[in-house]
Amino acid sequence: MALHRLRLRIWKDRGFKAIVILFSFLSIVPLLLILFYIIKNGILSISWEFFVELPRPVGEKGGGISNAIVGSLLLVIIAGLPSIPLGIAAGIYLSENKKSRITYWSGLAVDVLQGTPSIVIGIIAYLWVVVPMGGFSAFAGGIALGIMMLPMIVKATEETLSLIPGSLKEASLALGVPYYRTILRVILPAGVSGIMTGVLISTARVAGETAPLLFTAFGNAFMNWNLTNPVHSLPLLIYNYATSPYPEWHRVAWGASCVLVVFVLTLNLVMRTVIRRWKVQF
Amino acid sequence: MESAILKTEDLRAYYEDNQVVKNINLSIPEFKITVIMGPSGCGKSTLVRCFNRMHEMVPGARIEGKVFLKEENVYDMEPITVRTRIGMVFQRPNPFPMMTIRDNVIAGYILNGIKLNRSKSDDIVEQSLKEAALWDEVKDYLHKKGTFLSGGQQQRLCIARALAVKPDVLLFDEPTSALDPKATSHIEGLMADLKNTVTIILVTHNIAQAGRVSDFIAFLYLGELVEFGPKGRLLTTPKDKRTEEFLTGKFG
Amino acid sequence: MDTLVLSKGKMLSTHPGVRAEATFQKTIFLSALAIIVLLVAIFLSLLIHSVPSLKAFGLSFFFSKTWDPVSATFGVLPFLVGTLLTSFLALLICLPFSLAISIFIGEYFKKGALSSFLKTVTELLAGIPSIIYGFWALFVLVPIVRNFQTKIGIFPYGVGILTASMILSVMIIPYAASIAREVISLVPSDVKEAAYSLGSTRQEVITKVVLPYARSGIVAGILLALGRALGETMAVTMVIGNSNRLPKGFFSPGNSMASVIANEFTEATASLHISSLIEIALLLFLVTMIINIIGKYIIKKISVEA
Repeated sequence: MALHRLRLRIWKDRGFKAIVILFSFLSIVPLLLILFYIIKNGILSISWEFFVELPRPVGEKGGGISNAIVGSLLLVIIAGLPSIPLGIAAGIYLSENKKSRITYWSGLAVDVLQGTPSIVIGIIAYLWVVVPMGGFSAFAGGIALGIMMLPMIVKATEETLSLIPGSLKEASLALGVPYYRTILRVILPAGVSGIMTGVLISTARVAGETAPLLFTAFGNAFMNWNLTNPVHSLPLLIYNYATSPYPEWHRVAWGASCVLVVFVLTLNLVMRTVIRRWKVQF
Repeated sequence: MESAILKTEDLRAYYEDNQVVKNINLSIPEFKITVIMGPSGCGKSTLVRCFNRMHEMVPGARIEGKVFLKEENVYDMEPITVRTRIGMVFQRPNPFPMMTIRDNVIAGYILNGIKLNRSKSDDIVEQSLKEAALWDEVKDYLHKKGTFLSGGQQQRLCIARALAVKPDVLLFDEPTSALDPKATSHIEGLMADLKNTVTIILVTHNIAQAGRVSDFIAFLYLGELVEFGPKGRLLTTPKDKRTEEFLTGKFG
Repeated sequence: MDTLVLSKGKMLSTHPGVRAEATFQKTIFLSALAIIVLLVAIFLSLLIHSVPSLKAFGLSFFFSKTWDPVSATFGVLPFLVGTLLTSFLALLICLPFSLAISIFIGEYFKKGALSSFLKTVTELLAGIPSIIYGFWALFVLVPIVRNFQTKIGIFPYGVGILTASMILSVMIIPYAASIAREVISLVPSDVKEAAYSLGSTRQEVITKVVLPYARSGIVAGILLALGRALGETMAVTMVIGNSNRLPKGFFSPGNSMASVIANEFTEATASLHISSLIEIALLLFLVTMIINIIGKYIIKKISVEA
């Protein structure tokens, strides 16, 4: 077989590899730019006052984001309280009853729920909580975020428990331990790292969400601990301030972005150590 | 002595620090079937992969020494050129599942971007499939994907594919170990016909197969070339004690 | 122990733990069921509240390009176009990058520091909240686009379909990349070896053997990235320009289905306005649902074959 265009093919081979490497590293550029800008613009705002003071009205210097931080925390807790137990319970059912019809449809529902746009979830929480309650509230925001956390926790639980070898369950059952205790005292603890990962990932995800809060938690210029009133959150504050015409507010938004990004990235790193430290080897 | 088409000179091969092929000097005669025989793990697969420069694709692999294909050092040539002149048939049949049978045969041209006109490619497909004794069985199914073929038929398809690029040497790496006895004898008969047009090097640990098909046998043990000679002489009166022990089944 | 434990641990009715066992089984069953109920309830809520708008406009909702709260005429066409334009343009832009990453990690550098680094970076990209992307795009991308528009002589909006597509494409890179990477690294080595033994270069093996083999997985990755792009709200809302008119080109401002809801829902008072917005939400819900189901179905088929 005549080997024509040999030089061309060899150059194409080298060129292709170079392009693949180039484009791969170009993809990192936006991440670096974003982190750079946020830290550069936001770091100046960060101070102790920034964390403990309330935002000042337009025109006044200083102020902080304490209400947004507290609000974000409240929302995540309200979201997690129902969704973590429910998600884990559903995950247990799905991993233990693989052949059941309910498992099939529930798994499908989980996938669909996970892919549902967050703004749609916001509307649902509006219809289900805000309207009956007659107003915006932290509770509504928490429900919206909880619905978003649910599928991620179910999946993490199901996948983690499915990886645990059946011999562990058999050993426990063979000792005369009832099934429900086997799951709760043997299987679940063995899967703790995977489930924790799911909880952390979903927390990081909903902590940064804005859209579902636009018409549920709504935002609040003041500190609020009352769950039936509107509450602020970091992403909401960033949205309001970034889209405002006031440079002073932009500065606060950069600072808040800095806090949010650091929080999310820290959670990501914590997640990695959790996986490594707590992972049970089989 | 027949002319040697492939010659190795102090060939050594390593995986990281582990030396798998130790100073092999071998002359492969042209248009004959040379069997490289030995127990599992003796380095025979690695040896032939040094011929078509596939060994170096493994991370951590290293080669020293020389391999000459018709007086040219294979390690001074472009690897992709070497592989079109020294072809390979693998232990498990590996036709391309996304291609039709026809395209599988001329895959060597398609993948390398060589455009053939319709009549030329038809000729190559027919000739290669006939050389691989597969033409009659698949000539009406050339446009189907080869997944319905049996293991033996798939392996003959791979042989046709390797033959289509008209190599000088064809390496067979334990080609029948995944096949049933009927398919095995089919392919052994095939090799006897093929050696008239292409030099065949067959790797096997099966002494009976070596006895059936070979003209020359090289016995490899723990990476060393223990003995090399014509089949008749090596199998009946081996010169080395290790060869004799292998042949009498003292180790496998 | 006086407990007889059967296959699923169903105990004899004489044991005191029987109630706990039954409660446990019931709880996990109801939890799994609850998810189905939740999804159905979401669909029904959206549907019921869309009824006024469905009754008022019917099918013309999808073809009318007028969205005017003042005269109470609502048509979704401008936002359909806005969503489709931004999503497909974003996909187009992100494809070379996602493919490059997946080939980099799936083929060239399967192990090692370089590949872990890129994997980590890709995961971090996916973890950044969309409001941060939007904020950054608003202050960095928009001025750049504005300068560019001034240079080539068109109205320097800065915001618009193109800007929204650009930031959207960055956001969906990790989604397409991670699935493509999985399937590419799962291509069996004996098929690749066969191609190498015929004298192919690495590039030829990748483009003519690996990628075709991994084709369905790559499609699934694209579909899931598309699903993400369609539903993305905040980053798009901040830079798409908030215009309810049908966008004329890539530099026009516009609105996507998600961004018009974000912009108008809190101020909408007329019930028809609200109902129309909810109908848009219903549409978003159904479209993303179909895309996700198809994408997940393809992935399931591939994992079974593997």
